Amino acid sequence: MSVPADSAPGAPEIGVETPFQRFRAEFFESWIAAFALGLLGLIVVLALLAPWITPQNPYDLGQVDVLDGKLPPGSRAYTGYTMWLGSDGAGRDLYSAILYGLRISISVGVASGVIALVIGSTIGLIAAYAGGRVETVVMRLVDLQLSFPAALIALMLVAVMGRGIDKIIIALVAAQWAYYARTVRASALVESAKEYVEAARCLGLGHARIVFRHILPNCMAPLIVVGTVQTAHAIALEATLSFLGVGLRQTEPSLGVLIANGFEYMMSGRYWISFFPGIALLLTIVSINLVGDQLRDVLNPRLKK
Amino acid sequence: MSKFKQTLGILAATALLGGPAMAEELTIGLASEPTSMDPHFHNLGPNNAMSRHIFDRLILQDERQQLIPGLATEWYPIDDLTWEFKLRQGVTYHDGSPFNADDIVCSFNRAPDVPNSPSSFGIYTKGKTVVRIDDFTIHIKTPRPYPLMANDVSTIVIVSSDSGCDATTAAFNDGSAAIGTGPFKFVSYSPGDSIVVERNDDYWGEAPIWSKVTFKPLKSGPTRLAALLAGDVDIIEGVPTTDITMLAKNAEVSLSQGVSNRVIYLHLDHDRADSPFVKANGGGAIDNPLRKLEVRQAISMAINRDAIVDQVMEGVAIKAGQLLPDGFFGVSDKLAPVGYDPEGAKALLAQAGVGDGFELTIHGPNDRYINDAKIAEAIGQMLTRIGIKTQVETMPRSIYFKRASRGGPDDTPEFSFILVGWGAGSGEASSPLKSLIHTYDREAGFGASNRGRYSVAAVDALIEEALATVDDEERAALLAQATEMAINDVAIIPLHYQVNTWAAKKGLKYIARTDEYTLAIGVIKE
Amino acid sequence: MTVFIIRRLLQAALVVLLMSLIVFFGVNVIGDPIDMLINPEADQAEIERAIKALGLDRPIGEQYLFFLKGVATGDFGRSFIFGEPALKLILHHMPATVELALTALILAILIGIPLGLFAGLYPDHPVSRAIMAGSILGFSLPTFWVGLMMIILFAVVLGWLPATGRGDTAVFLGIKSSAFTRDGLSHLAMPALNLALLKISLVIRLTRAGAREAMHQDYIKFARAKGLRTRRVIGVHLLKNIMIPVVTVLGLEFGNLLAFSVVTESIFAWPGMGKLLIESLLQLDRPVVVAYLMIIVVVFVIINLAVDILYSILDPRVRLREQGT
Repeated sequence: MSVPADSAPGAPEIGVETPFQRFRAEFFESWIAAFALGLLGLIVVLALLAPWITPQNPYDLGQVDVLDGKLPPGSRAYTGYTMWLGSDGAGRDLYSAILYGLRISISVGVASGVIALVIGSTIGLIAAYAGGRVETVVMRLVDLQLSFPAALIALMLVAVMGRGIDKIIIALVAAQWAYYARTVRASALVESAKEYVEAARCLGLGHARIVFRHILPNCMAPLIVVGTVQTAHAIALEATLSFLGVGLRQTEPSLGVLIANGFEYMMSGRYWISFFPGIALLLTIVSINLVGDQLRDVLNPRLKK
Repeated sequence: MSKFKQTLGILAATALLGGPAMAEELTIGLASEPTSMDPHFHNLGPNNAMSRHIFDRLILQDERQQLIPGLATEWYPIDDLTWEFKLRQGVTYHDGSPFNADDIVCSFNRAPDVPNSPSSFGIYTKGKTVVRIDDFTIHIKTPRPYPLMANDVSTIVIVSSDSGCDATTAAFNDGSAAIGTGPFKFVSYSPGDSIVVERNDDYWGEAPIWSKVTFKPLKSGPTRLAALLAGDVDIIEGVPTTDITMLAKNAEVSLSQGVSNRVIYLHLDHDRADSPFVKANGGGAIDNPLRKLEVRQAISMAINRDAIVDQVMEGVAIKAGQLLPDGFFGVSDKLAPVGYDPEGAKALLAQAGVGDGFELTIHGPNDRYINDAKIAEAIGQMLTRIGIKTQVETMPRSIYFKRASRGGPDDTPEFSFILVGWGAGSGEASSPLKSLIHTYDREAGFGASNRGRYSVAAVDALIEEALATVDDEERAALLAQATEMAINDVAIIPLHYQVNTWAAKKGLKYIARTDEYTLAIGVIKE
Repeated sequence: MTVFIIRRLLQAALVVLLMSLIVFFGVNVIGDPIDMLINPEADQAEIERAIKALGLDRPIGEQYLFFLKGVATGDFGRSFIFGEPALKLILHHMPATVELALTALILAILIGIPLGLFAGLYPDHPVSRAIMAGSILGFSLPTFWVGLMMIILFAVVLGWLPATGRGDTAVFLGIKSSAFTRDGLSHLAMPALNLALLKISLVIRLTRAGAREAMHQDYIKFARAKGLRTRRVIGVHLLKNIMIPVVTVLGLEFGNLLAFSVVTESIFAWPGMGKLLIESLLQLDRPVVVAYLMIIVVVFVIINLAVDILYSILDPRVRLREQGT
C-alpha cells in the first residue's frame, strides 16, 4: 500500500550508512538474538572441528565396539578414554557421535530448507504473477505434492538409489517445496493486486524485476516464518524418517538417527542415549529459530519505524 | 534365566499374600495384528494364533509344539500311505450344531482354496486325500510315505460344514461365519482397533478362566510396554529386550520367557564366483572368498556371540550352534556354538590366501527380527576388526526380502552376505533343512529360502531320505546327520535363538510358547 | 463462482489420475508385496499360486488398467493383507482420524491465535518472549519423541490418562465420536495435543508476524487515530488482516493432520487412517495405499478450494481467478 517500491532491503540507494552496518546494528539490538547467534556459531564450530576434538570416529566400525554399548555417562571405554556423555547401543561414544551427527543434521536441514525455499517460492511467485494455465498447473502439482507422504518418497528413494545424505535431502525437498509455493503464492496474490505493482507495471518495468524486486520482498514475512519453522521441521522429519527405518544409514548417524535409536531405550532408564542428542538438537533448532526471528524482523520492510 | 525364575517366584508369593480380586476380563496387547478372522485366509503366525481361540484343529500343538489331541482323539498310520484319525464325539459348534467327519472333509477342501488368499494352507494339504469312513473316523491318504502327516494336520483349522465351509472371508470378519468349536466365541472384530471374544461355556476341553478377552494391536514396542505399565492392558507379548532388565526389578510386573523356534543366522553366497557385494580391498573384483570353507569358518569364529547375546540382546537370547535349539525333534547333540577366536580367524583368513582381508557388505532388515539392525551393526564391527572391512546396510523388510530372495539377474538372490531368521513352524528340523540348506529346486519345492544357494548333493540326499522315513527315531537321526554336515561345512552361520518375553501385570503369568503365539488360555492366575 | 468450482473439480480429477499412476508404479518400485504376505515356509509352487491369486503375475501396466477399470465402477481393489475392499477399510478408519485432526486443529487455533496476538502486540513483554521461546520447542523435537515422553509422564508416572487407543464413543447430533464421552476425551487428550504441538507453534508465529506488521500499517494507525477502542481495532481490523496467511497455512495443515497423523497414531495406537497408511505402506499393501492417497488428493484439492474461497471473503481485493482461461 504505502510501501514505496524501492525500500526493499539491501537496495543500494538507501542511506549513507552501508546497509550491512545498519543491518548489524539492528540485529544486535536484541541480546537474545545475539546470544543465539553466538550459540549457533559455537555449535557450527564444534561440528566442523569434530574430527579433531573427539576421542572416537563414530563412523569407523573398527573403532566402535558393541562391548562398550549403553555405558552410562562418565564410564571408561575399553580403549581407555572416558565417555562423558555415555555411549549408545552400538558402543559409540555419544559425545563424538553428537558432534559428528550435528554436521549431518545441520547440513541436511539447511540444504533441504534452502533448496526447497528457493524452488518453492520461485514457483509460487511465478504462479501468482503469471496466473492462467501456468497457475493452474502449478497449483494442482502443489495439491499433488502435499498429498504425497514423505515416507513414501523416502521409501522409493531408498529402494531405487539406496541410502545417503543426498537422497534424504531430495526426499525432504520433495516433501517441502509445496509449502513454500503455497505460502508465497497466497501472499503474492494479495501483493499483485496492490497499487504499487500496478504502478510498476505502468512504468513498464520488466516482469522479473517486478516479481523479484517488488513483490517478493513484500512476501518475506510469512516466508521467513515458514522457512525457519520448516528448516527445523526438516531436521525433525529426518529423525522421523529414521524412526520409520528409511532415514540415514545407522552406522553414520545424524542427531535424528541417534534420537530415533535412543527411542527404544527411553522406557528402560538409559535416558542418556536419546536425551543428550535430543538436547543437542533442541539447542541447535532453538538458536536457528531465534536468529531467524530476528532476521525476519530486521529484514521486513514493513516493520521500519 | 534362573534369575528370572527366582524373581517370578517372589512375585508369585507376593501375589498370593494379597492384592485385589482379579476381574475375569482380560486385555492382551499384541505386537502384530491378525489380518482376518477367516482362519483359512492367511497362513501367518498372528492369524494362526488368533484362530486358536475360536476354532480347533484335529491335532493341537502345546507350548513346546508337541502334538496333543484336539478334535481327533487318536491318529496312527494303518499302512505306508494311509493315516487313520478317530474324531472326538459330542463336540458342538458355538451355534449348537454338532461336529462330525463332514466338517473335516470340507475344511481340508477350503483351507488351500480361499479366494484372494495371500498365503494359503495349500503347503500342508498338498498331496493329501481326505476320506470319510464314518461320522467319527477319517482316513488321509498320500501317494508316498509321509512322516510329517500329524504336523501338517495340526495346522488346518476345522470349520463347520453348515456355516463355515461355504462362507466368504467377509462373513468371517463380520462374525456371521466365525463359528467354531474353540474355547472362545467371536464377539467383535475392528481392524486396527480390537478383537473381542467371550468364553465358550460348552467347550469340550478345560473351560478357560477368562469370561471375556480383548486383543489390542500395539505395534510400537515402547507403546506396548507403556500400555501395560499404565494399566491399559493386562499382558503384552514381544517385550522389547532393552526394557527387560528394568522390568525384572518392577514388582508390579510378572515376566515369562521361553526360547522360540526361531534361529537368527547369516547366509553367505556359496554360488557366484564374482559376488556383487564382496570386493578386494580398495573396491576391485575378487574371486568370491566366501566359497572357501576357511573363510566361512573365520567369519563364524570372528563373531563374538556372547557379546551379541549379552549386549545387543540384553541377555535375552541363546547362542546358536545349529538350526533349532536343543529339545526339538531332529537336532544334533554333537554341535555347539562356535567359540569367539579373532586370532584363529585371522590365521584361517591367511591360510585361505586373504590374510589382508577384503571388503564386504552385510545386508539385513531393520523391522523384522528382534534388534535385527543392531545385530548387523555388531557383526560389521567384529568382521572389520579381523580385517574384513564391512559395510552395514539395513532396510525395511518391504525392500529387503525381495532383493534378498530374487533381486539379482534372473530372479537370483542379490546380496552376498545377509542376516536372516528362520522359525520352524513344524517344530522340527526338516523345516529349516528343506528350505534353507537343500539345493534350490523349483519343481520339487526345496530350498525356497536358500538365499546363499548352498548346494551339496550328499546333504540333499540325507534330507530327502529323512522326509520319506516314517519311523521317528530313524528320521531324527537322519535330520541330525544332515544338520551336522551342513553346519560343519558352514552352509549358514547360526548366531542365536530368539527368546520371547511376555510381561503381565502382577498376579498373572503367561505360559511361554516356542511358536511365539499369545493365547488367552496360556494366561494363568498365580 | 459455480463455474469456478466445477472447473476446479475437473482439474482435481486429472490430479487424482496422476496420483494413482505415480503411487501404483511407485509402490511397485519399492518391493514385491508377495514377500510381505507369504508364509516363509511356503514352497515355490505356493508362492506362484499367491502371486496369481493377487493378480501380481500380469505386467504392471495391465494391472494398472485393470485397476482403472475397477475404479470406474467404484471398486478400488481389495487389500492384499486384509482381503477386504480397500475403500471399506479406509472408511472404517476415517472417523477416528477426523476426530483427532479436528481436535488438534481446534487446539491449535484456541491456543495459537491468542498467544500469537499477545506476542505480536507486545513484542518486548517478557511473557511474549516466553511464548516465542516456547513455540520453538513445539517443533524442535521429533513428534515420536515428544509423544512417548507424554505417555511416560502422564500415563505411566502420573497415571492421569490412558496410554493408548481410542475410548468409548457416543452419538451426538447424529455424529458418533469419542469426543462426547469422558472416557473418550481422556483417550483423545494426549494424541490430540501431540499432534497439535507443531501447529500451535506455527499459528503463534504466523499470528505474531502478521500482527507486528499490521501494527505499523496505515489503516491501523488510522483506526487508532479515529479513536476506535483497542479491542475493536484488534478484533476487527487487525485480526481480519492477519487471517490470510493463517488460513492458508491452517488449511494445508488440516489436510496434513488428516492425511499424515502417521507418527502420532502409531505411538498412541490410535485406530485411524494414518496408522493404516503407514502399515499398508511398510507392507506394500498397494490397493490401500493407492486408494488412500487418491482420497487424500481429493481432500487437499477441496481444502485448497475452500481456502481460495475464504480469501475472497476475507480480502475482497483478491478476486476468484478463473484459472485456465
